[in-house]
Amino acid sequence: MTLPLYAYELISESQGLLVALGLGFGFGWFLERAGFGSSCRLCAQFYLYDMTVLKVMFTAIVTAMVGLWVFSAAGLLDLSMVYLTPTSIGAQLVGGLLLGAGFIIGGYCPGTSVTAAATGSGDGVVFIGGFMAGLMIYAIAFPGLENWANATSLGGLTLPQVFGIPYGAVVLAVVVMAGLMFAGAEWSERKFSYMRPGAR
Amino acid sequence: MSAVSSAPPLARTGSGSLAGQRRHMNPYLAGFGLGLVLLAAFLIMGRGLGATAASGSIVAWASGLVAPEWTAANPALKGYYADPPWTNWTVYLIVGAFVGALVSAKLGGRIRYRIERGPHLSASARLVLAFAGGAVAAMGAKLAKGCTSGQALTGGAQLNVGSWIFMFSVFAGAYALAYFVRREWR
Repeated sequence: MTLPLYAYELISESQGLLVALGLGFGFGWFLERAGFGSSCRLCAQFYLYDMTVLKVMFTAIVTAMVGLWVFSAAGLLDLSMVYLTPTSIGAQLVGGLLLGAGFIIGGYCPGTSVTAAATGSGDGVVFIGGFMAGLMIYAIAFPGLENWANATSLGGLTLPQVFGIPYGAVVLAVVVMAGLMFAGAEWSERKFSYMRPGAR
Repeated sequence: MSAVSSAPPLARTGSGSLAGQRRHMNPYLAGFGLGLVLLAAFLIMGRGLGATAASGSIVAWASGLVAPEWTAANPALKGYYADPPWTNWTVYLIVGAFVGALVSAKLGGRIRYRIERGPHLSASARLVLAFAGGAVAAMGAKLAKGCTSGQALTGGAQLNVGSWIFMFSVFAGAYALAYFVRREWR
């Protein structure tokens, strides 16, 4: 068991920064290839005629999820050494609603705004400015919220732990769910194709 | 090449046509590629992708220039302040993402200076909404300890309970508001 490499000190901190540049390159590359430099295309997800966001996101989740499970089951990866963001149910529920609102109002999420800015989008650049301003406003005006999120933390928590069922069974359930969502997405795109700009 | 989808062309934007612009990759293939990048991050670094912490690091650094003691004590900033941007892993990740997107767009002939919006909205109104949306998204991402990348994508693949709650919340929030801002996009 020698993975993750960084946790087993097989790569140094400065090598890790180079790895970050490389991973980031791939990250930005695929976001741009998917069409996520375009706010109109991203937001089309919420008008049901272009479900690219859902398709890309869930294919990526399924790919990485199955990969983690295979490497872990093969004894190559120590899953407990992979950082798991702590769960705070209320904070993540409210935070998600706010991020969703910011997404449909601003046209991006943080990662896709960088993608958009790289392709020449002025609205992408302004979104990033708004994002940084928002972080500062939060820090000045709502330090109590941050304390609440930390105080209500349940620590790292996974679905297999909560439901008490084997990891592989949850993996299979998510794969099946993603398949159904993809079928629904294809159906939705046909059903709502009249909403597409230029279709009328 | 099968990587080129047969999907209809992109939505039009407020500035110019998209004629001559090459089509994007098949979404399932792009998602597979993105998933492999995420898996590589897990296997090499023991952490996923993220796009919020880089901004946090830069904001905390700037705040620290003005008010170092306040920044170091602020509950929302102190975590970012420990690590300046030039040694911060997430900043390198986002610099890489910018370059990756730039190279991809350049090779695909998709770089255009524009303010993207629906046909019924002025450019200045769009920029105001982009700024406001960015600010609201930042508060959500900070509260939830991650954004679409750091929570939904990364935590989704890890079967993280909070990440799945977050993911459905994001979709719920955006779908709930979509009707009211439809003139911005269509």
